[in-house]
Amino acid sequence: MEIKPPVPIIPAPIWRNIKDLQEWEQLHQKRPEGDKHSAAFESITEGIHSFPGGFLVTAPADAFLNWARKSSVWPVTFGLACCAIEMMATFASRFDVERLGMVPWASPRHSDLMVVSGTVTIKMAPMLERIYAQMPDPKWAVSMGSCANSGGPFRHGYHVVKGVDRVIPVDVYVPGCPPPPESLLNGLLLLQDQIAQFRRTGKRPAPNPKVD
Amino acid sequence: MTHEQAKTLIGERFGGAQVESASAEATAGKGMTLTITVPANDWRAFASFAKNELGCRFFSFSSAVDWKEQGLEVVAKVDNVDTGLSILMKTKLGPGVSECQSLVPVFRGADWMERECYDMFGIRFDGHPDLRRILLGDDWVGHPLLKSYAVDTPHPPYR
Repeated sequence: MEIKPPVPIIPAPIWRNIKDLQEWEQLHQKRPEGDKHSAAFESITEGIHSFPGGFLVTAPADAFLNWARKSSVWPVTFGLACCAIEMMATFASRFDVERLGMVPWASPRHSDLMVVSGTVTIKMAPMLERIYAQMPDPKWAVSMGSCANSGGPFRHGYHVVKGVDRVIPVDVYVPGCPPPPESLLNGLLLLQDQIAQFRRTGKRPAPNPKVD
Repeated sequence: MTHEQAKTLIGERFGGAQVESASAEATAGKGMTLTITVPANDWRAFASFAKNELGCRFFSFSSAVDWKEQGLEVVAKVDNVDTGLSILMKTKLGPGVSECQSLVPVFRGADWMERECYDMFGIRFDGHPDLRRILLGDDWVGHPLLKSYAVDTPHPPYR
């Protein structure tokens, strides 16, 4: 009798049929390509980059600017819900984020990072958008916790924005309900990685696939 | 004021009120709750009766229930903190009706409760001094705790 190896049955990717994910793909805002510098600065940099051997200037300049940016990411003090407690714990002495160069700052005009910590309600979303608009470029956003990622347990409620990425572009999603300070720290380190990979000129390298 | 005395007084004064009799165990000690359904016309009269004659001076809460075809039901709880008598007063507004008498002239604490009730169920309280939305934004359309409200109602630009 012939023994056949079992035929693997690969299920169809049913997640593609889930309406919510399609909706998410359709609605979430991507981070715009590049920084919003002045057009003159952009054209000068492009000119130097396209000059023969010009990358020898722009690459170290990019590296230096990225190093400076990632070493002084100042998060704006902005707490929405219970995740803010964990965010405060992360900012406080035990999980000291100041050793990463992050100073929680109470003014959006001096900040680079918004940690969206908690449920974004439809009533709160315009204020969140406004605070994000008040931050100077370049700026980043970390979506912290299930509620900010997708609406979380309140997704099927009537009053919750189903993910903060429908309001502002998000760079790093931190899962958890709420994420412990270690998770948020990991997310902030991933964000620093992402900032360090940033290229204004030329092609942007693939982002670091490192997780947990 | 015991349970039985309160029942007798209510029976004398409000003939149309239905008193749901609680079990003997519940009525034995303190912390007993009388559940009373009054006609919608007697809503404020019953509240002032409960406050002045039954001594229920503490307004605990007010809310509403949507019973779909049978219409809305307004619920309020008032307590007599001295004797431990609690009265859960209810009234059925009837199908399609969303007007109710306000309790604010009797209990000042009913103000925000009834604003929330208006916000969530769309019940317009007659005699309320300042009836507008309290939790949702002023531009919100609909009343979300009604059974007829679809939770997926789009709310541009955020969902």
